[in-house]
Amino acid sequence: MDWSAINPAFFIASIMVSATPLLLAAIGELVAEKTGVLNLGVEGMMITGAICGFIISVETGSPTLGFICGALGGAVLSLIFALLTQLFMANQVASGLALTLFGLGFSSMIGQGYVGIVPPDVPKLMEGADLSAFQRIALGHDAVLYIGLLIPVIVWYVLKYTRLGLVLRAVGEDHEAAHALGYKVIWIRVGAIFFGGACAGLGGAYLSLVRVPQWTDGMTAGIGWIALALVVFASWRPLFIIIGAYLFGGVTVLQLNLQAAGSTIPVEYLSMSPYVITILVLVLLSVLQKYGLLRAAAPAMLGRLFHASN
Amino acid sequence: MFKVEKRPSPSRFWSWMAPILAVVATMVAGGIMFWMLGKPPLEAIRTIFWDPLFNAQFASYSRPQLLIKAAPLILIAIGLSIGFRAGVWNIGAEGQYVIGSLTGAGVALALYPLEAWWIFPLMVVAGALGGFLWAMIPAILRIKLNTNEILVSLMLVYIALEIQSSMALGLLRNPDGAGFPGSRNLQQYPSAHNAEIWVGSSIHWGVIAAMLAVIAAIFLFARYLLGFQIKLTGSSPRAARFAGVNPNVIVAFCLGTSGALAGMAGMFEVSGPAGQVTIDFATGYGFTAIIVAFLGRLNPLGILAAGLLMALTYIGGELAQFIIGLPAAAISAFQGMLLFFLLAGEMFVNYRFVRIRKVVA
Repeated sequence: MDWSAINPAFFIASIMVSATPLLLAAIGELVAEKTGVLNLGVEGMMITGAICGFIISVETGSPTLGFICGALGGAVLSLIFALLTQLFMANQVASGLALTLFGLGFSSMIGQGYVGIVPPDVPKLMEGADLSAFQRIALGHDAVLYIGLLIPVIVWYVLKYTRLGLVLRAVGEDHEAAHALGYKVIWIRVGAIFFGGACAGLGGAYLSLVRVPQWTDGMTAGIGWIALALVVFASWRPLFIIIGAYLFGGVTVLQLNLQAAGSTIPVEYLSMSPYVITILVLVLLSVLQKYGLLRAAAPAMLGRLFHASN
Repeated sequence: MFKVEKRPSPSRFWSWMAPILAVVATMVAGGIMFWMLGKPPLEAIRTIFWDPLFNAQFASYSRPQLLIKAAPLILIAIGLSIGFRAGVWNIGAEGQYVIGSLTGAGVALALYPLEAWWIFPLMVVAGALGGFLWAMIPAILRIKLNTNEILVSLMLVYIALEIQSSMALGLLRNPDGAGFPGSRNLQQYPSAHNAEIWVGSSIHWGVIAAMLAVIAAIFLFARYLLGFQIKLTGSSPRAARFAGVNPNVIVAFCLGTSGALAGMAGMFEVSGPAGQVTIDFATGYGFTAIIVAFLGRLNPLGILAAGLLMALTYIGGELAQFIIGLPAAAISAFQGMLLFFLLAGEMFVNYRFVRIRKVVA
């Protein structure tokens, strides 16, 4: 195989692009999980965001509007989850699965006329073939990529230093106590779920408008699930989400580059590598936790129902 | 004013009514969805639920299809329901289904063209074993290291799908197939063919296995200590531990059984209706079975009915595609919607509305 076919600047720039959908979906899920909600519907919200963003930006010609509607699509779908788990007190695992199953079917239904269409180009800060390596890596991207990098920093700051963050964490650590203090546990969770849906939707839109850019059925291909694993990997710490997403993005881009460069490893084994590595990372974390080298940092109320008895 | 109050014990009435209401609500919401797609709603609903069974022109073809589609769904859903009752979330049944089809077909293809009575039983064992071992990966990781079985079993679906395409293009490819992807057709290999047992009945061995699984699950929960321990673990893990239930045994049993059943379902499918290992063999039965398990309220007889109903939506969906041009994906959205209404309806089983009396001072 031919290693020289891989250009380092392009390689790093494409890692950043490839990591962004994952990063956005994971940071949204992190906020929801911080308030004690386990939403397994990330994959469904992402794919809904991907198709909503795609359709709107193809129809209007505006990628910005596409991203906004992608985020909105994911957020609206997440409200179904919020309704089921917060109002109807349904099981969170089952409701999340339902969201994913519905999202995959729904997106492919409304997206059937859009297969094979090229979406409008998303403007980048700097473009052109003659960019230096630094320019290509640091400045050669669209605005959403930088927003994606900014969100985890904001989330980190809000969770750590603000009153809102304290309330969010309180709800996730002990909802009875938060309720007793007069906080509206249900509404805070609905808000967190909505934020998670919007982030996942934005990540999905990034996938169909920038990363691929095209619409195909089931194009998220498990990224939403990897995002869930990423939250575990980051031990619920926002800034670690960035590191984790870039590591997974690196693996994805590397295997795609190896496929393109004609590696001797069969294509199927390269394609499965992101999933294999996700499992290995989960195993590694479990080993570290088992031997006390890493503290399990999951919010105490994660996945638990809250029903105010009075 | 009303307030929501937890019932002392789940309502019997609502545990029957909730799934029925959910189906009705899905028909209404689905009708609205089809109407928004520009399709006549009543005709769409009738085509999906009525025509496959009673339409003079199509029913003779589609009625037997019902059992063929329902068998894998029921077989997988029975396995999943055992785990779901214990709070063990195997959502990678699709992967176990694929691996089962590969190991089952692999045995047959290795023995080709030998004809012997023991080949088919051996394939069943191989399929079950393949699914079992694939499910043991998340089971062992959960038992030994407390790794989340949801994520691991799901990641293994994507890995299984890659293995499947690798097999269809490589190891198991038909050597006489002129280079086309896909294995030999097992329907043309009598010893390995999962054929109809009685001509015209559309009952193949997978249907028999699904019925046996339903009966076994009924006995497991009604007669055996293990079944009780599974239910106990699901409703109160702490109480189960005090009662001496070994959680590791429960995890291994639940994942192992559901894996073996899903693997068997894959094997019956590849050696019967599908016929060969191809890159697009897996069609989502493993995921739809999750809906079937919930629609049947995790009860074996309920799952039997739910599997038939879900098979009906598959066949009716194909019919609606053919007659009124309803997009194929509309049916998966429709099935997802059904799960929403089911989960919402579950609330009425466990909670009730009570009137808040005004306190007169």
